[in-house]
Amino acid sequence: MKIAVLVKQVPGSESPLPIQSDQSWVDEGGIAYVMNESDNYALEEALQIKEQNGEGEVVVVSLGPDRIQKVIREGLAKGADRAIHIKTDTAGSVDPLVTASQFADALKDENFDLIFSGLQSDDVGMGQTGVIMGELMGMATASLAMATEVGDGKIKVKRELEAGWFQWVSLSLPASITIQSGLNTPRYPSLKGIMGAKKKEITVIEPSGGDAKQSLDKVYVPQSEKQTVMIEGSVDQQVEKLVDTMRNDIKVL
Amino acid sequence: MDILIILEDNNGNIHRMGLESIVAAQQLGSELGLSTGALVMGANADALAEEASQYNVDEVIKVNDPLLASYSADGYSEAVKQIIEQENPTYVLFGHTYQVRDYAPRVSAKLMKPFLVDNVALSTEGGKVVFTKQMFNAKLFSDVIPSGEGPYLVSFQSAAFSADNAASGSASVREGSVNLDASMIKTESEEPFQEEAGGVDLTSADLIVSVGRGIGKEENIPLAQELAKALGAELASSRPVVDAGWLPSAHQVGSSGQSVSPKMYLALGISGAIQHVVGMKGSKNIVAINKDPEAPIFEIADYGVVGDVLEIVPKLTEALQ
Ligand SMILES: Cc1cc2nc3c(=O)[nH]c(=O)nc-3n(C[C@H](O)[C@H](O)[C@H](O)COP(=O)(O)OP(=O)(O)OC[C@H]3O[C@@H](n4cnc5c(N)ncnc54)[C@H](O)[C@@H]3O)c2cc1C
Ligand SMILES: Nc1ncnc2c1ncn2[C@@H]1O[C@H](COP(=O)(O)O)[C@@H](O)[C@H]1O
Repeated sequence: MKIAVLVKQVPGSESPLPIQSDQSWVDEGGIAYVMNESDNYALEEALQIKEQNGEGEVVVVSLGPDRIQKVIREGLAKGADRAIHIKTDTAGSVDPLVTASQFADALKDENFDLIFSGLQSDDVGMGQTGVIMGELMGMATASLAMATEVGDGKIKVKRELEAGWFQWVSLSLPASITIQSGLNTPRYPSLKGIMGAKKKEITVIEPSGGDAKQSLDKVYVPQSEKQTVMIEGSVDQQVEKLVDTMRNDIKVL
Repeated sequence: MDILIILEDNNGNIHRMGLESIVAAQQLGSELGLSTGALVMGANADALAEEASQYNVDEVIKVNDPLLASYSADGYSEAVKQIIEQENPTYVLFGHTYQVRDYAPRVSAKLMKPFLVDNVALSTEGGKVVFTKQMFNAKLFSDVIPSGEGPYLVSFQSAAFSADNAASGSASVREGSVNLDASMIKTESEEPFQEEAGGVDLTSADLIVSVGRGIGKEENIPLAQELAKALGAELASSRPVVDAGWLPSAHQVGSSGQSVSPKMYLALGISGAIQHVVGMKGSKNIVAINKDPEAPIFEIADYGVVGDVLEIVPKLTEALQ
């Protein structure tokens, strides 16, 4: 079983997000980056499938500038066998058609049985890359996987539907599956894993071209729609005012 | 037609988010002087066409094909692609439902046309059509513009438009046809099912204390439990808390959890991502405690406290006891 996992580096959920003065994008210098949340689950699922099968290969694939080697190394330290870094100057295009085509071109001769990706990236949140790539590579696709079972040239996927509903779908391989968070417990890299990762191979390649068919006009901080009463003061004052609000304004005490 | 709306079946009725995209189409159509049409397909196509024809769109296309009777990404993406090729619209509008997430990117790939997803607004000022979407988990907005020749696929976030504003009318219905082959369908689907609720009914709760990732670690969950007890409230959570195994999934509020509308929803260390907000924004009073003054939850909160939940919550519990 040969599995590729798309792993993206994105700002952490508590990172500041300074906006560039021309509003074209965030100022990357001020950002603390981490591995995209659902990609972390996707990687864990791939590693577990390989371990259950007792053979196979897990390849981490990422697209972006040099800084993304940090999440690539993290993936290798967790147990991926090797990595492919599609190197771009900037963060890459926001158009998922372009990014997915670049992934498809980079991976087309690798003959992966499975390609896992996150259901959505926590920065641009397009929620499309893995599905588009599957279509471009002629693979079956399924999104929002909450469990997987691999066997007999097939993968069975428990898909999340709306409002607490689920559905099992069976796909023939090769398939591209997007992974929802919460389907496993992602491991932390071990010290041995971190040491071992240094010797693993990262193939750096150039992205193929492609014209963006959607682009960002500007990025900005949203305006609040509601008048929020802010409860201020020292912690003790805040607590006192909060109790008062619950009693006299919201009337729940 | 210029604007094609793709409507989704929700147990024999048009999915609410489909009605919302009709509103989007009516706005776009009237501002730019464009004609509108709607597509329905699947086992309930007849009933959906009847329902759709009562809205102010120019026409409704109904596709009855046995291979579309049950949903598959392979079948639906191919059918929608073929209808787009036949009708050649400039805009193709969807509600950003889970089903659309699953197959619409494949339509985009088949046509090599952009899919602008999950928008909260559209604007046509000065003839330039701009779509607005949330980025960075709702912390920033961005205006996105399509380029090159259409069609452009565009989806809207739940509640971006109000279904109540859909103008009624009487549209003609015509049969559309697509050319599908059983060999195109590479997936087999089983019946949808619901997991056991686990004895937690948040939907009828009057008071809810809800914990997010900001609670820090599993060992801190009792802080929220004690506060809930002191208030006589039910305990709820955001998704990461369930993903990490700190609370069972029955406690989750949001698009993939329960939808609640208590008298008071007290959000502790929850950032306010849209998938959480759709499940709780109907609450009468939203109170948020978050250490980040810029957390998006404050945009929808009635009362806000900027501070550390680990400090405030124990004191609040004590004051209430
Ligand atoms: C298809 C899909 C479905 C989803 N379904 C759901 C769903 O049903 N429900 C759901 O909740 N999410 C859902 N999500 C996930 C959602 O997008 C967010 O990732 C999630 O809601 C974030 O949870 P959070 O606010 O607890 O965590 P975070 O976004 O990490 O926010 C933590 C917050 O805590 C604050 N904080 C940290 N420490 C402290 C402290 N000591 N004191 C006070 N504040 C602190 C931080 O400032 C931050 O604002 C879904 C996502 C997708 C793509
Ligand atoms: N630049 C990238 N590098 C690695 N993986 C990516 C990249 N962009 C998108 N992906 C993958 O595609 C998923 C969905 O991304 P998106 O379509 O942008 O929401 C992510 O969770 C990643 O798994």
